[in-house]
Amino acid sequence: MARRTSSNLSEKVEINMTPMIDVVFQLMSFFMCTLKVIAPEGDFDIRMPLATAAAAVPDDQQVPPIRVRLAANADGQLTGITMNGSPVADFAELRRKIVGLVGNDRGPNSLAERTEVEFDCDFGLRYFNVVQAITAVSGTVEDGRIVELVRKIKFTPAKRAAARAP
Amino acid sequence: MARRSVSSGASTTEIDMTPMIDMTFQLITFFMFVMNFSEAEQDERIRLPLSQLAKPSDRVVEKPLTLQLTSAGAVIYAGELVSVRDIGGYLEREKAVMLDAGREPSAATVIIRADGRAKTGEVQEIIRTCQEKGFEKFALRAQYDEGG
Repeated sequence: MARRTSSNLSEKVEINMTPMIDVVFQLMSFFMCTLKVIAPEGDFDIRMPLATAAAAVPDDQQVPPIRVRLAANADGQLTGITMNGSPVADFAELRRKIVGLVGNDRGPNSLAERTEVEFDCDFGLRYFNVVQAITAVSGTVEDGRIVELVRKIKFTPAKRAAARAP
Repeated sequence: MARRSVSSGASTTEIDMTPMIDMTFQLITFFMFVMNFSEAEQDERIRLPLSQLAKPSDRVVEKPLTLQLTSAGAVIYAGELVSVRDIGGYLEREKAVMLDAGREPSAATVIIRADGRAKTGEVQEIIRTCQEKGFEKFALRAQYDEGG
């Protein structure tokens, strides 16, 4: 290979950039191709063992569950919310009622922790309504912080045959 | 700026590489930071319901079982489409694998990624089938809604 003589002192030593740029572009295309845009997701944890006779024995700490009924029409749209039999206008009101019931009693063995909400949903109801209802009962967002309400959630068994008469 | 004279015919024109390399390194660092290696099981066929409480948690669910329900009512289990009624057999196999590995199904978490337009009853049927196989812990997954 032709080697540059150091006779001419004013000339700079030149580095061959080509391999570096090759590698750098390789890296860049690798990271660009493997990039996956992931939407942030979270979970609602539900502990729901199969109901047994032993589980049905009530203890004195137990608060009777709040029954929330979500009714749907044939298209699966939400037509009505009732909480313990009384109609509720929307999920915001449902949340206010839940807050009114459990109050500000938080922490271990608090009323909020012992309370249980049971959802009774029509079979065809679109699932996002259920998630909205769970959101309404399980917490509120205050100044960007999540304040937990009821954690215990269960569902009444689904009734496929009970496609309710219009 | 000192400009090379074209008197010497042997010398080639040199491009200043510095800004380009700066940019490229910037881009590499950007892509390195945004990259995540998490094996999040996501499927473009599922449009999760939105919830402002569904904040991503740092807690890692150990060896979860993910069941995805499409809006049409089919379950995506391990990449293949299965009907809701047939899911029992697959869960039985999953349970057998768990018991072989010395883990109880009741300790495992079933992540349910159901489409927002899916029928609630079908979600409940999946939960019911899981319960019959001994699974107890469920996580209903929703997409974090920043808008509130």
